[in-house]
Amino acid sequence: MTSRLPSQAKGGFNFDNHVRNAAMEGKGAALPKATKTGTTIVGLIYKDGVVLGADTRATAGPIVADKNCEKIHYLAPNMYCCGAGTAADTEMTTSLISSQLELHRLATGRQARIVTAMTLLKQMLFKYQGHIGAALILGGVDISGPQLYTIYPHGSTDKLPYVTMGSGSLNAMSVFESRWTPNMDRESAIELVKDAIEAGIFNDLGSGSNVDVVVLTKDKVDVLRNYARPNERGVKEASYVFRRGTTQVLKTSIRDMVDIKETVESIATSTAMEVDAV
Amino acid sequence: MEYNGGAVVAMVGKNCVAIACDKRLGVQAMTISTEFKKIFQATPKTYLGLPGLATDVQTLAEKFRFKINMYKLKEEREIEPRTLAHLVSSTLYERRFGPWFTEPVVAGLDKNNNPFICNTDTIGCINFAKDFVVSGTSTNQLYGMCESLWEPDLEPEDLFETISQALMNAVDRDCLAGWGAEVVVITPDKIITRTLKSRMD
Repeated sequence: MTSRLPSQAKGGFNFDNHVRNAAMEGKGAALPKATKTGTTIVGLIYKDGVVLGADTRATAGPIVADKNCEKIHYLAPNMYCCGAGTAADTEMTTSLISSQLELHRLATGRQARIVTAMTLLKQMLFKYQGHIGAALILGGVDISGPQLYTIYPHGSTDKLPYVTMGSGSLNAMSVFESRWTPNMDRESAIELVKDAIEAGIFNDLGSGSNVDVVVLTKDKVDVLRNYARPNERGVKEASYVFRRGTTQVLKTSIRDMVDIKETVESIATSTAMEVDAV
Repeated sequence: MEYNGGAVVAMVGKNCVAIACDKRLGVQAMTISTEFKKIFQATPKTYLGLPGLATDVQTLAEKFRFKINMYKLKEEREIEPRTLAHLVSSTLYERRFGPWFTEPVVAGLDKNNNPFICNTDTIGCINFAKDFVVSGTSTNQLYGMCESLWEPDLEPEDLFETISQALMNAVDRDCLAGWGAEVVVITPDKIITRTLKSRMD
């Protein structure tokens, strides 16, 4: 039976459309562009852990596709990962590695290490030779303390105490270079991350909206979604609701929903119907 | 996307959602049909909008019909809109290096009748929105219309007017979209489908 069904979960990429799409492009058809996260993402190591930060703008060319997206992805209970580049790639790569880490944690019975995640990510990205456009900042705390890595789309990695990535990386790094010190306290570390992201939000066109922050320590993770909202939208002074009946309608069809309730009723058993009586 | 033209928009209202599309099918500048279906019913309270390259629209509509039915058979329940969004996303990402040319929109009410809308790009990056999502060739115009017309907590009747006016005025500034429009408003107790009178040029 299964052989006649179109194959479902095979795993891996499917290249069936590639030749057709290349032919269409060759004939001059404009190919649609994927959502990119022109981004500012940062991370730093402070006294007791790691702080990760990100802006929340997603773009498609010059258009803002999402004003409040999430760029700090969950990897494991002790690890988070900021993503810049092609939005679908960062999303899918981190969730794939996240599930591998969970299986690894279950198989070994130990908390996964940051290097393990870093190695899985870099080996996957290197395998795809940069075609998976994910630029990542990986941060977390394991038995060897707080760790921070950057991973580039081609699979190279850096291990540094403070890092920035994305189109706003230069803006953010200028803040870090002037103010980062070793062994900062939690409050000033978060503040520095916020200011670095805001440098990207205000000075880089690809970055914008709000600041997301994640603080990872030895035994606690704080996800501070929209930690700062420096770009609140102004309140509309007037309402632009149209008078009902403004739109001319040619045809209307209304389908009413019916609630179907299934209940079990116990049937009263009468004594006259005894089966085992001869 | 530009080869056949077309636009889809979805909006959230108060305990309701609406999804609307134009009805044009073209081959570049030549209009072939004004009755082309772009939004499909996935479950009783969830719709899937597929603007883009018409061949992929129809291929994917069938593919998703198959996958949604398989889900229903395996799970013995209807697929939730959020689950459908992830199904759409992984189906598109499988073709990361040879994509389907469509930007799907999912709009519906979940099992607690909470509104849900989202869209994805051609390779399956999901954009969850609390207000509205737009897709197709009139994306830029629709963003402008929705950003100014939409407001929170619209009743189904007001949401219908808002989404209809947003769509019609957007596609009037897009040569490749328009030629009729269809609007579906989904509420907990009924689904209202309306065909709009629009410019046919």
